Amino acid sequence: MATVELKNIRKTYISEEIIKGVSLTIEDGEFVVFVGPSGCGKSTLLRMIAGLEDITDGDLLIDGRRVNDVGPADRGLAMVFQSYALYPHMNVYQNMEFALKLAKMPEAERRGKIEAVAKTLQLEPYLKHKPGQLSGGQRQRVAIGRAIVRNPKVFLFDEPLSNLDAALRGQMRVELATLHRRLEATTIYVTHDQIEAMTMADKIVVLQKGIIEQVGSPLELYHHPRNLFVARFIGAPPMNLLQAHVIAADEQGTRVKLVTGQSVTVAVEPRADLVGTSVTLGIRPEHVRLGTSDVNPGQGVVLLAEHLGALTHLHVRISDGHDIIIQTEGGDALTADAPVAFSFPPEHCHLFDQNGVAMPRKARRSLAA
Amino acid sequence: MAVKRSRGASIAIGSLGWIIALWIFFPLFWMFLTGFKSEVDAIATPPHLFFRPTLVSYAEVFERANYWHFALNTVLISVGATFVAILLSIPAAYAMAFLPGKRTKGTLLWMLSTRMLPPVGVLVPIYLIARDTHLLDTVVGLAIVDMLTNLPITVWMLYTFFREVPLPILEAGRMDGANRWQEITVVLLPLAVPGIASTALLSMILCWNEAFWSLNLTSSQAAPLTAFIASFSSPEGLFFGKLSAASTLAVAPILIFGWFSQKQLVRGLTFGAVK
Amino acid sequence: MDATTMTTAPPPVRAGSTSGRKSGILLLSPAVVLLLVWSIVPLLLTLWYSFRNYNLVDPTMHGFAGFSNYWYLLTDPDFLEALRNTALLVVGVLVISVGGGTLLAVLYDQEFFGRGIARVLVISPFFVMPTVSALLWKNLMLHPIYGVYAWMMRSVGLTPIDWLQRFPMATVMMIVAWEWLPFAVLILLTAVQSLDTEQREAALLDGAGPVARFRHIILPHLSRAITVVVMIETIYLLTIFAEIMVTTAGGPGVASTNLAYMIYARALLQFDVGGASAGGVIAIVIANIVAMFLVRAVARNLEA
Repeated sequence: MATVELKNIRKTYISEEIIKGVSLTIEDGEFVVFVGPSGCGKSTLLRMIAGLEDITDGDLLIDGRRVNDVGPADRGLAMVFQSYALYPHMNVYQNMEFALKLAKMPEAERRGKIEAVAKTLQLEPYLKHKPGQLSGGQRQRVAIGRAIVRNPKVFLFDEPLSNLDAALRGQMRVELATLHRRLEATTIYVTHDQIEAMTMADKIVVLQKGIIEQVGSPLELYHHPRNLFVARFIGAPPMNLLQAHVIAADEQGTRVKLVTGQSVTVAVEPRADLVGTSVTLGIRPEHVRLGTSDVNPGQGVVLLAEHLGALTHLHVRISDGHDIIIQTEGGDALTADAPVAFSFPPEHCHLFDQNGVAMPRKARRSLAA
Repeated sequence: MAVKRSRGASIAIGSLGWIIALWIFFPLFWMFLTGFKSEVDAIATPPHLFFRPTLVSYAEVFERANYWHFALNTVLISVGATFVAILLSIPAAYAMAFLPGKRTKGTLLWMLSTRMLPPVGVLVPIYLIARDTHLLDTVVGLAIVDMLTNLPITVWMLYTFFREVPLPILEAGRMDGANRWQEITVVLLPLAVPGIASTALLSMILCWNEAFWSLNLTSSQAAPLTAFIASFSSPEGLFFGKLSAASTLAVAPILIFGWFSQKQLVRGLTFGAVK
Repeated sequence: MDATTMTTAPPPVRAGSTSGRKSGILLLSPAVVLLLVWSIVPLLLTLWYSFRNYNLVDPTMHGFAGFSNYWYLLTDPDFLEALRNTALLVVGVLVISVGGGTLLAVLYDQEFFGRGIARVLVISPFFVMPTVSALLWKNLMLHPIYGVYAWMMRSVGLTPIDWLQRFPMATVMMIVAWEWLPFAVLILLTAVQSLDTEQREAALLDGAGPVARFRHIILPHLSRAITVVVMIETIYLLTIFAEIMVTTAGGPGVASTNLAYMIYARALLQFDVGGASAGGVIAIVIANIVAMFLVRAVARNLEA
């Protein structure tokens, strides 16, 4: 197993810089997820690690060895592609055998390995099938099997679940996580789906426009987004973001007044220079409190109530025409046009300055390890 | 198209379609028929639609006209030119489809433009070069010229087929440790077999029917079927039965090839502009 | 296409890796070098010969000719006749094959009994070698005594016509059109069939009649395919040779001589290499003008 280290990696196509200096250390056995909107460079970064793209500048180290100029097959990696990229003219057995054959592994050894892997992945009945005869989930498993038989130092996954339907995706997510726990292999996984990132990662790397916005554990990113981009990207439904004016900054925190008229004191490091300026207040839908318990509740009208069963998402128009989403556990009685009162518990509020950077909290939330 | 039509309109459209089809096909049908007539029947007026079929014309074509010599030339030239053209096209099309550079598009279009050169414009130098290199009236000489005239088409066609092979499959090969040679021969080519086959087929058809260079660069030794048929245009060769029998033999294989591969040929013939 | 290819975004055109670029050039070079030689050397030689006095059987003719080959050619009434015939052949066949091809493409797009077989019959002539087509028409069909058409004329009381003697150019044009109409049908039918069913159904729901559908849905959809057919046919029609050689040998006189046949006659029948080369240069210039448009049309398609 292996560590992967990226040192100020850059990539330029023709004249456009796609990756603008990425540095990152991936520990042995870690499950790292690259996440970001399409075009953020996450797949390019993965392909550079794989050796399918040239590295324009910077160093890529696997187990401490610089591999910029090493061919993809000799980096000790295996990759699972979004489209699976199975060889359509070879059966399942031959698909898994191909790399071993090229590596000149003896026949008996190959057979042993493939049969063992096929057993783990429940592929035994399909070894003689061509990929075209398999379902999406089975193809996915073959692609994973093809990676596992090579016994690679690092697994690379490029949006492997995006071609599966929702139910299968959930199931494969569990299987992949289980598999990772058993193999304890260093894994780099690219996705645009933040749920995949949150559920599987040891460490999430949020990318945008070729730079890293934040690196951290799923809960770290959830509770302490470093900036507006990460705040918006992580969590579903997304964090509510509202314009606010700083009216005071003192030892208790920063007091802001919302456009709706409420004021909230958020326990972030006070910055006197921000008094009188405009900032953004963020609060997750699940943290907005319904009801009039607060001294100065906000008022709104329900536009739409999405009853998900266990949860309800209320789309609420607050007084000035802005909309927020409130997630509640009950709320069955609430339907469209119902008036609601709500409040923002200060301990759950985030403040972002004009540059979109999160203002540091005075007390960090203890994260579940 | 799921358009509901009255029964009458359907019958009218069907009849029109069949009448036009039969009228266009009639000369070929008549040729086929005449090949089985005796020379007397062949020039009978009014023409006989019903007659006693005979293989006399075919027998004579085989015996006297040395048909096999010309047929063999055609096969050698078509197969040879196609084989070499495909062999040269595979690496070129691979490079353009999977290792594109800034100049790839320009190269493709330039190749296309070489195909647009009218052969008659370069007839004189090619004839003189062939004469001086002793390639005039040789199978090799005509095969080289046919190969070169078809090379742009085979490269283009293979290029459009290769582009349909998903790049990740080749990349998976690279990750699995395949070198360039293995990537092409073990991963790409098995996937592209249908495309290569229809490219080869189109090249065969074009070589088989090629007339300009065949008539100008060969006389007897290397003359293919096109030139052999042309020899019937002289007055002393005017035997309708034999002409028809020989023509049927010359045309039949390609006609059958063409019927079975129309769809793929469209792509090649239009350089991928119509699919 | 299946779901796999749909969700996989096409890879952007990339500069590739340095090693990739190098092997790309290496893999490309055999084909490119051969085509380069094939397209440049004869061209330059033609150009060179066109300024020389050069006769294959008359060794006293040599030396630099200046523009005299061109001058003789351009002032030769036969040359003008050949140019006229070339244009006539190209335009005539284009009108017949593209006009008829469009209508037939729409016809054979309709459902009717045995449509598949009818289609195959219609496109068949395209696969017939030119010498066979020419002889077939010259003898079996149009022979003034034994031909089928002569019999048909006689049976309705008309005097058979020796088509190739009386109307040589029109007859050659007809034979060539018989070969190329199927090509147009083949291409245009494929194009018609690629028309989106939903678009057709939307037009139906909008109440478009057959004529309106043809004008506003099918013709615009076919426009690019028609352009391609026109240009490809033009390239081939400019140098029609075998059909003329076999049927009329350019005659009577030069009545059915086109540019291609004239150059052939100059070079290999009269052995006047200089004059033939001058004609070749002119043919290349004309073809290049057409090719320019074709290449541009295909290039636009390459972007998509």
